[in-house]
Amino acid sequence: MLKIADKTFSSRLFTGTGKFSSSALMEEALVASGSELVTVALKRVDVKNNDQDDLLIRLKYPHINLLPNTSGVRNAKEAVFAAQLAREALETNWIKLEIHPDPKYLMPDPIETLKATEELAKMGFVVLPYIHADPVLCKRLEDAGTAAVMPLGSPIGSNKGLKTIDFLEIIIAQSNVPVIVDAGIGSPSDAARALEIGADAVLVNTAIAVSGDPVRMAAAFKIAVEAGRMAFEAKLASPVSHAVASSPLTSFLDA
Amino acid sequence: MHSFNDIFETYNWDEVKGSIYAKTGADVEKALSATKRTLEDFKALVSPAAAPYLEQMAQLSQQLTLKRFGKVIQMYVPLYLSNECSNICTYCGFSYDNKVRRKTLSPMEIMREVAVIKDMGYEHVLLVTGEDNVTVHVDYFKKALELIRPHFAHISMEVQPMDLEDYEQLTPYGLNTVLVYQETYHREDYKKHHPKGKKSNFKYRLETPDRLGQAGIHKMGLGVLIGLEDWRTDCFFTALHLNYLEKRYWQSKYSLSFPRLRPFSGGLEPKVEMNDRELVQLICAYRLFNEEVELSISTRESPRFRNNIIKLGITSISAGSKTNPGGYAVEPESLEQFEISDERSPAEIARVISQQGYEPVWKDWDNCLT
Repeated sequence: MLKIADKTFSSRLFTGTGKFSSSALMEEALVASGSELVTVALKRVDVKNNDQDDLLIRLKYPHINLLPNTSGVRNAKEAVFAAQLAREALETNWIKLEIHPDPKYLMPDPIETLKATEELAKMGFVVLPYIHADPVLCKRLEDAGTAAVMPLGSPIGSNKGLKTIDFLEIIIAQSNVPVIVDAGIGSPSDAARALEIGADAVLVNTAIAVSGDPVRMAAAFKIAVEAGRMAFEAKLASPVSHAVASSPLTSFLDA
Repeated sequence: MHSFNDIFETYNWDEVKGSIYAKTGADVEKALSATKRTLEDFKALVSPAAAPYLEQMAQLSQQLTLKRFGKVIQMYVPLYLSNECSNICTYCGFSYDNKVRRKTLSPMEIMREVAVIKDMGYEHVLLVTGEDNVTVHVDYFKKALELIRPHFAHISMEVQPMDLEDYEQLTPYGLNTVLVYQETYHREDYKKHHPKGKKSNFKYRLETPDRLGQAGIHKMGLGVLIGLEDWRTDCFFTALHLNYLEKRYWQSKYSLSFPRLRPFSGGLEPKVEMNDRELVQLICAYRLFNEEVELSISTRESPRFRNNIIKLGITSISAGSKTNPGGYAVEPESLEQFEISDERSPAEIARVISQQGYEPVWKDWDNCLT
């Protein structure tokens, strides 16, 4: 079981709520995904009347935990403010920290993210920051009290898969907190691969929401994530990349 | 580099126009198969040579828009605060020399209009005025924003271009987005259409997005008024402007509009007509050129066109719009800036969007974020 802060998760597939063609379809897909942690953009929901918000109503399942995100903020100060608002409105101290001052590529700002993580962790938040696949930043975030790290697999929404795999492997090898691959996962095979290399979970949104059949795609991701994790636990046989030489170079030592 | 004007001055309208019209089918095919498209590709995509490739462009535009924005369409509505104007613009119902009754909404009247718009379900409002710096100035905007801000998640403005300090003063009041259309990048024609008033200063208008970028505005909207000049050339300059702004003011978001000149009482006939096929071509060309830019469509377009454009690349739509100050509640019968073509209510448009397999989104910002 995956444990983050005080919660345990039997599903290692985290999901998002954006880009669906209707909130009814979103609900159906998220249920099919088996996801127990679903991120919601604070800017998309009516925090003042959250008991009437269609999106929030559709996420009211006992197994679904809400993970509000700060999408739209541009610096640590705005992020801390948004997190406090989310805590008050949605009654959770979990926060997905997204600070992307660049609205074109939505690249996370490492400096502001570190600053905000330090502050929010001190204030008792369970912080899950969206970041570049930067191993040093991950260690710095651990020191700052982060609950997990969420490095990107490739640019957000790009569906390009694990372009950062070499860095993800380093992050996974040395992390003391759960590693959740957050962005760019385009297909169930990408998700499976992330779990195979030891990521603790993945977060998938675009690849499900924009697919031809979001409900079936969500189910496909569910299976892929389970398979990837099982393969990781079963310990993959190392791929053999070297040939066996016909005239060994070291045979003279046997003589 | 001081501003976009430095780049703009290195271009010659006639040369650009000539190069667009010289594009061939081979240029279009190259543009279609490119993974990152350049300004030369954009020229090919808006050129007459691209007409036979329209279906392919639409397919690509739809795919790219889905990837970035998903199956959602943002809803917004204009709120006209004033029709007072000291400019003469040959194509506009609010032009100084146009004999219409002038009106600027009082605080009470603003609140009556707000109540009606809120009842329609809107969370994103676009404040519109003419240009009259005596009555409708920064202090008026501050007061208006103070009144309006508590009721909306997202406030945009389409008013006169202002100085950097003005924008800096207005952002703390909840101003998120500013739209400022160049109308035309053809300097000489611009002078013809804007013979009097502050708006006749082409360069001040051209440099407005620079000032917005410097003021750190969240989002800015660009565009030209289609019908004043050759639209292909004008839209090339819009793309050039966008390219420059994105690189320089990388913390701002951008949106594009493509209003076609609409009739108003006593107004100008378009010099250049753009038909529906050509407007689709332009929308798709913008999308293929820039995957992240927001594309917005207003009630200037017909119901049939609007129904069908939802899937092709646009990201936001207005509905139920009134283009006269007080049009929702205070003085529904007063003269409009231009005639709208799609009279359907926001609820009807939301239904149309759902029928097309998209979700109408009313709220995608929060006033805690500004």
